[in-house]
Amino acid sequence: MYKILKKEALNPTVTRMVIEAPFVAKRAKAGQFIILRVHKQGERLPLTIADSNPEKGTVTIIFQVVGETTMLLNALNEGDFLEDFAGPLGKPSMIDGNKKVCIIGGGVGCAIAYPTAKAFHEAGADVTTIVGFRNKDLVILEEEFKKVSDAYYLMSDDGSVGEKGLVTNKLEDLITGGEKFDEVVAIGPIVMMKFVSLTTKKYNIPTTVSMNPVMIDGTGMCGGCRLKVGDEIKFACVDGPDFDGHLVDFDQAMARNTAYKSFEAHKRDEACHLLNKEVE
Amino acid sequence: MPNMRPDKVAMPVQDPAVRITNFDEVALGYTPEMAVEEATRCLHCKHQPCVSGCPVNIHIPDFIEKVAQGEFEEAYKIISLTSTLPAICGRVCPQENQCEKVCVRGIKNEPVAIGRLERFVADYHREHNDTPFEKPQSNGHKVAIVGAGPAGLTCAGDLAKLGYQVTIFEALHVAGGVLMYGIPEFRLPKEIVQKEISHLKELGVEIITNFIVGRSDSIDSIMEEGYEAVFIGSGAGLPNFMGLPGENLIGVYSANEFLTRINLMKAYQEDSDTPVQHPTKCVVVGGGNVAMDAARCARRLGAEVHIVYRRSMEELPARKEEVEHAEEEGIIFDLLCNPVRVIGDDQGWCKQIECIRMELGEPDESGRRRPVPIEGSNFTIDIDCMIMAIGTSPNPLIRHTTKGLEVNRKGCFICDEDGLTSRENIYAGGDAVSGAATVINAMGAGKRAAAAIDKKLMSE
Repeated sequence: MYKILKKEALNPTVTRMVIEAPFVAKRAKAGQFIILRVHKQGERLPLTIADSNPEKGTVTIIFQVVGETTMLLNALNEGDFLEDFAGPLGKPSMIDGNKKVCIIGGGVGCAIAYPTAKAFHEAGADVTTIVGFRNKDLVILEEEFKKVSDAYYLMSDDGSVGEKGLVTNKLEDLITGGEKFDEVVAIGPIVMMKFVSLTTKKYNIPTTVSMNPVMIDGTGMCGGCRLKVGDEIKFACVDGPDFDGHLVDFDQAMARNTAYKSFEAHKRDEACHLLNKEVE
Repeated sequence: MPNMRPDKVAMPVQDPAVRITNFDEVALGYTPEMAVEEATRCLHCKHQPCVSGCPVNIHIPDFIEKVAQGEFEEAYKIISLTSTLPAICGRVCPQENQCEKVCVRGIKNEPVAIGRLERFVADYHREHNDTPFEKPQSNGHKVAIVGAGPAGLTCAGDLAKLGYQVTIFEALHVAGGVLMYGIPEFRLPKEIVQKEISHLKELGVEIITNFIVGRSDSIDSIMEEGYEAVFIGSGAGLPNFMGLPGENLIGVYSANEFLTRINLMKAYQEDSDTPVQHPTKCVVVGGGNVAMDAARCARRLGAEVHIVYRRSMEELPARKEEVEHAEEEGIIFDLLCNPVRVIGDDQGWCKQIECIRMELGEPDESGRRRPVPIEGSNFTIDIDCMIMAIGTSPNPLIRHTTKGLEVNRKGCFICDEDGLTSRENIYAGGDAVSGAATVINAMGAGKRAAAAIDKKLMSE
């Protein structure tokens, strides 16, 4: 059992939790993830490690409430326990301090982009951050990003905060304006990572994306998370989650992520019903 | 005078028409009367070939004698001297290739049903006796085990009985390895697996779950924490795919994924949060026990199921009993054919597979006749689910994170006959060494390594 030490809402649908998990905290690096189970009948849910403290033995996760499991997770409070919390999993991100890097985060993907930006910053890289949200209520980690970024650009779909437009608009503006990025790292919805990769391909800028396929074990034993990368089949949980954005088959990845859509919708409704009942 | 009836006392089973609607155990086990009747068939021959046919050398005629006398608890004590997991072995061992293969009664008639008797004794004990195992006196030595599958559990059990302080590190959230995620409930109830594992805890074995050796920590840093020897029983869990066009379409599973969702995550139960597709027409590619398990699970989810295998019935590597059970349950065998591609719809779901018919040519290195495609014989099967059960390889995580551990070209650890790897005090066994094999061979390897570790540490 793994204790929830801290819980905090970052926006109406995104929550940050600090979990007591000394084994994970000891070895966790940027880009790696954990798999948790909320309760005994629970599914195994992968979440990126947003921060970790090996001395205190704590690991921070940030999640968006999108379905049954994240709803049940969000219903827990400080002092409650998670059934399972395994990790760190996946390969750490390749952090090279001798470069000018552009980190792009989309929506709750910013929770994953933040530790990567921080790691590049701490390694001495010149970090430009572009983050995008649907509207101003959904902005997260603004202060945190600013601290580790040499330049920070905030975009919103409706212009209610920062600049109106997509992260790819800002990226293209910066590139055509003369910024020379050695690498672009995109983390967020698959469709965003796809369009960032298409943009950087035009300018031949090496691009890394952090993929988020459906996972079960997260240790390489099932291949549920497999992706087509170039001509090869890769398991995101052990070969990734970071891959060369110019080689990933994003359309296939998007299709594969819809496999359990109707089951998930049904379970989300059940969870809503259950949680509402408890409130009554 | 021994009972000279020629055949084994039959095992009661669930009716096929009923059992395809549930995941309950198919074989129902002997009653005490049946067990006594079967036990009296043993001739108690002097040279006891059955004992050396058993990879963990259970004192078979001795325990069977106790069964014949109705002394079931005494029989259990005798089995426990050499085996910690009899309820599991009695169910999943291929006895026809081991103890029962060399049974003297089997020369003219059917061999003694050793597996069924072992199962009976273990089940009788579990249902009638809950005295915990006695924790042995500690000898002060610490051993770490990587992986809580059959090899690791057996190694841990033997070392714990000798007084070692044993810690098992397991990557998943529950111990058991393939016994939990691979072999279905209807062949091996998970409650029984957990009960057998609880015996290890009574012996003082500590099991740390959610710990991925190679990621959560390395073997070297585990050894720095005072473990004098390590046994790697990490299995062969990495699924093979064929590299077919369309193999990444939705609805195409590895058998490991399909079985993990069903067995470990209980996706067939209403209250499980883990989804699994409920196919209407499913093809399982492969002919081993894993293919039979996957096919029979898909059948229980309501599908019409076809096994596609490139050789003929004769060469099916699955146990005969499993193939018979599958046939009784209505699984259709499309033999001598092989898939060449998977065809999808515009939403990314698989909807057909294209296969080619095969004929058998000359025998290959393995001695089996090699299947050769028949040009122009291609045909398609409509499907909405496809399960690839064409074998597994060892996971590379440990070898990539441990210096000096030699592996062969298949990624299996290279060991001597005691299980000693190329690194001092690091032992390995089971599928991590042999590639995908049987539960009982893994247990045998765990047992040999435990004896070797004991010999090594006691001589220091």
